[in-house]
Amino acid sequence: MNTKEEKIISILQDVTGLDNVGSDPDEDLFADGILDSMATVEVLVTLQDEFGIQVPVSEFDRSQWSTVNKISDRVAELE
Amino acid sequence: MHNITPYSSPEYFVYLAVLLLPIMIGLWFGKRFKWYESIATLIILVITFFGDKSLQGISLIFYILFEMLIVFSYLKYRRNENNKNSFWIFTSAVILAIIPLAFVKLDPLLKNATISLFGFLGISYLTFKSVEMIMEIRDGAIKEVKVGDFLRFILFFPTISSGPIDRFPRFQKDVLKIPSREKYMEMLKSGTNKLMLGLVYKFIIGYFFGTLLLPKVSILALSYRDQAPLGISWALVAYMYVYSMYLFFDFAGYSLFAVAISNFMGVNTPMNFKRPFQSVNIKDFWNRWHITLSFWFRDFIYMRLMFFMMKKKLIKNRVTMANIGYFALFIIMGVWHGETWFYIVYGLFHATAMITNDAWLRFKKKHRKQIPSNKFTKAFAIVLTFNVVCFSFLIFSGFLNTLWFQ
Repeated sequence: MNTKEEKIISILQDVTGLDNVGSDPDEDLFADGILDSMATVEVLVTLQDEFGIQVPVSEFDRSQWSTVNKISDRVAELE
Repeated sequence: MHNITPYSSPEYFVYLAVLLLPIMIGLWFGKRFKWYESIATLIILVITFFGDKSLQGISLIFYILFEMLIVFSYLKYRRNENNKNSFWIFTSAVILAIIPLAFVKLDPLLKNATISLFGFLGISYLTFKSVEMIMEIRDGAIKEVKVGDFLRFILFFPTISSGPIDRFPRFQKDVLKIPSREKYMEMLKSGTNKLMLGLVYKFIIGYFFGTLLLPKVSILALSYRDQAPLGISWALVAYMYVYSMYLFFDFAGYSLFAVAISNFMGVNTPMNFKRPFQSVNIKDFWNRWHITLSFWFRDFIYMRLMFFMMKKKLIKNRVTMANIGYFALFIIMGVWHGETWFYIVYGLFHATAMITNDAWLRFKKKHRKQIPSNKFTKAFAIVLTFNVVCFSFLIFSGFLNTLWFQ
């Protein structure tokens, strides 16, 4: 696991208040009810600040951002 | 001739069957007849909008030209790399795109007969699609639109009158490719199932509740109006459930038709309902009821508003921010339904329900160990949600307006 993923996991843990988020990097965050709309926006805003990227809300396709691994891929693309 | 509302009469299904046949044969042999699809669309539009005085049809033409002008001007603006992604130009484009709908919706308030002349069946749904395109052009999710693609998306006839509301990038993925024979077979099969289920929903169950039962309970409830304060009676309770059943089966039936016909044309239009009466809470309900509309509101109003407030750090408290978002979303939804007190109250009621639900979920999270969770609590949750929803539909129906004020 690289630092980017660690950073993403720590953001997810901060937002959701759950310590075990990210133990499985392929866990579906939306299907398991970990992220709702509000938490999603918070994660996106934090990602913007932390990585200095622009995440367009409507380009935000849930299926593309649904796991820790996928978020990491998207961040890498946008960086 | 008169205008035929889509899926409302046997006639319409006969026209559909005849028009669809060449499209289906084409897809079966791996071909999409673009020209033929345009002609079929034109014929359906004529049947739907130009049947009588053609007023609706003429409004539709002007409306499409107007929206096209806005969408393509904005696209041109965004494609010029010298332009900044201006918030004000974006906002103006969205407001302009909404103006025709706003005028039509203001009608009950102004009671001006000339305004309603500009309305046509489905204007709301076409506006949702246009606004979605503007928003996605802003975000760069849509980079290129051809005039033909725009028209095909906006005027896609299976969904033209009442949705489901598709999204342009998703729709393009479907129409630009041709499903393999195997895939298409599956689509035909699932489309046929949906069509049959839709017939049962709309023309049998919906008809039973809406046409046979509803007028009876309505008369009954009105006859008891002076017996108790606020006209509350068992008949009113019956009206609430009968109306809720009618609303669901009629609209879910229509939506099944729209998805089925899309499937026959090789397009996977998203479904609008997912067993809404089995929802365990109100949030769950909005993920299952009129899904394409609630997701539209979620993605293009709620999340955007949250994003904006969080970025500008307007409000510190997350809960307050979410609650403001709920009120904004549901008041807009209420106003969209129409400028009457009961639609606005319906919106406020759902915003309050969402906020209460969120508070309960937070409480539950904190006291997970003390609160039992088993199949009885789940059954209770479903029954409670169902009744809250039915009560909101009673408000929505406008029957209380008749009962109290007329």
